Amino acid sequence: MHKSYNVDSDGYYGDFGGAYIPEMMYSNINELKSKYLEISSQADFIKEFDELLKQYVGRPTPLYFSKRLSREYNSKIYLKREDLCHTGAHKINNTIGQILLAQRLGKTRIIAETGAGQHGVATATVCALMGIKCIVYMGEVDIKRQAPNVARMKMLGAEVKPACSGSKTLKDATNEAIRDWINNPIDTHYIIGSVVGPHPYPDMVARFQSVIGLEVKEQLLEAEGKENPDYVVACVGGGSNAAGLFYPYLDDLKVNIICVEAAGMGIKTGKSAATSILGKEGVIHGSKTLLMQSKDGQITEPYSISAGLDYPGIGPMHANLFRSKRADFISITDKKAMEWGLKLSRMEGIIPAIETSHAFAVLDKKKFMKKDIIVFNCSGRGDKDLDTYINYFKL
Amino acid sequence: MNRINKVLKEKKDILSIYFTAGYPNIDDTVEIIKQLDRSKIDMIEIGLPFSDPLADGPTIQESSTKALKNGMNTFKLFEQLKNIRNITGIPIIIMGYFNPILQYGVENFCKDCKEVGIDGLIIPDLPADVYIKKYEKVFKKHNLLNMFLITPQTSNKRIRLIDEISNGFIYMVSSFSVTGTINSFGKEQRKYFKRINDLKLKSSLLIGFGISNNNTFKDAINYSQGAIIGSAFIKFIKQYGINKISDFIKKIRS
Repeated sequence: MHKSYNVDSDGYYGDFGGAYIPEMMYSNINELKSKYLEISSQADFIKEFDELLKQYVGRPTPLYFSKRLSREYNSKIYLKREDLCHTGAHKINNTIGQILLAQRLGKTRIIAETGAGQHGVATATVCALMGIKCIVYMGEVDIKRQAPNVARMKMLGAEVKPACSGSKTLKDATNEAIRDWINNPIDTHYIIGSVVGPHPYPDMVARFQSVIGLEVKEQLLEAEGKENPDYVVACVGGGSNAAGLFYPYLDDLKVNIICVEAAGMGIKTGKSAATSILGKEGVIHGSKTLLMQSKDGQITEPYSISAGLDYPGIGPMHANLFRSKRADFISITDKKAMEWGLKLSRMEGIIPAIETSHAFAVLDKKKFMKKDIIVFNCSGRGDKDLDTYINYFKL
Repeated sequence: MNRINKVLKEKKDILSIYFTAGYPNIDDTVEIIKQLDRSKIDMIEIGLPFSDPLADGPTIQESSTKALKNGMNTFKLFEQLKNIRNITGIPIIIMGYFNPILQYGVENFCKDCKEVGIDGLIIPDLPADVYIKKYEKVFKKHNLLNMFLITPQTSNKRIRLIDEISNGFIYMVSSFSVTGTINSFGKEQRKYFKRINDLKLKSSLLIGFGISNNNTFKDAINYSQGAIIGSAFIKFIKQYGINKISDFIKKIRS
């Protein structure tokens, strides 16, 4: 019998997922679980969501055929241009969906976590749009590293609260956001930025991001006369841009899925974020998944030059894609990713986010056939990474 | 009879103290238990430190971070507790997040708990449905009680379910609150305590979160069979060290 790679009715993807939450979160998670499908399938919700994606985000984003890359790598290479979304990355697809949901749940206060600041900016943006109070938790270390995004959030009217506990980065910002929610369970909705956290978050975020893959189907049909590429490729930190691209292809086994993780300085250096290889099954932020941890179950700090990929876990959908071998997992070092950031800029005139650069580096690691159609998720633009690029290449 | 059930049967003003294992120093665990025993408290809750304690406030998180830095881990804790039953007869509960227990192996963990004389567990991020489906049998096999939390947001229906599957006490979280953030109970909290009391549950209730002094302790036992103090105790030993623990307990009880 064919098994689905999508979420089951208990909130699991194979062995992974579920809701491992303290009782203090139960009522909110349970409310979301019982209402997210109903609300997001109502006609007025769909209408408002689609309109905002079109008028405000700028969707559909182009599916761009890259002649030069295709020639060099002797196959058909397409880029799904999520970097052209308002605010510069795919993140806003999810925040638009969740803000509409929060409004329908009667919530008047929004909290979010952010690492590099992209999700924080996307959340602050939709809160400004809707006139809703917004608090973004961000690790103290990240606040120093990502000053422009902190400034953007402030301009948009959000309050940026530093997470000073633990390692003072993304996972700690997530802890602080969860604590805030525990203390403010009635008026507040927590907009998680990736396909992580307790059920129904991974499925809910994947559904809001699935617009990426659904557009690819239509656009590819027009360009190639068929809906399905041979490969879909995306970088994976928590995994939301990947989930969005893969979503309509999960159970279509003829479409090969490639997840690209950050190897950092190298898998064996102790400075890496390649969770599928280095992680073990465990529970992080309310979800059973693969995560990087010590022998006795303490969550460890990952490393990648790209702030969007250094999360110690991956979404439960991806953990299942890995364990079931439905997807190939390839890891790319900082060095390779940075080279591709420059290469894509020079060959296509597109400066990608460093997260996104990781995905393209697969072209040097894997051999494709001439007839292969490969769709890359060009998930974000590189403006936010200019400092890193400047320092790295001494520009 | 499990030591916890015995205390629940016999006492009406239970004082349970939480502390983080391996804090302030790695070898303080047993000494703290000795002092708590001498101070005649009724229950001890040992916190197994975790890197990401979602349900705890800054005080307990800080103590956990320090304890981990000191080198505390699950293996070490069982080693420290090896002879604990020669030292105290007070019921001991381990409070820990699920991931370290999962990595140790749930069955192994329960077995070692039984071996050193642990009476019960509080695992805040192990949900009731997973417990029933996968772990209830193992807990019971090793005579470990499992304590569940309820909050002001927990529906009566769910409280009934939790009451049904509880075999020790129900941990009544006093407010919308991570540990250690309030100083006295307000009208809303009293209303909530009363609502729960009116449900006439079969399980005993202990109130935790926000109990920090004699005032809140007395108030708590008006609405329950006792109270759990964590953050206030950790703050005390942070300031005064572990040799004046009896002073802290006396003040609470006075």
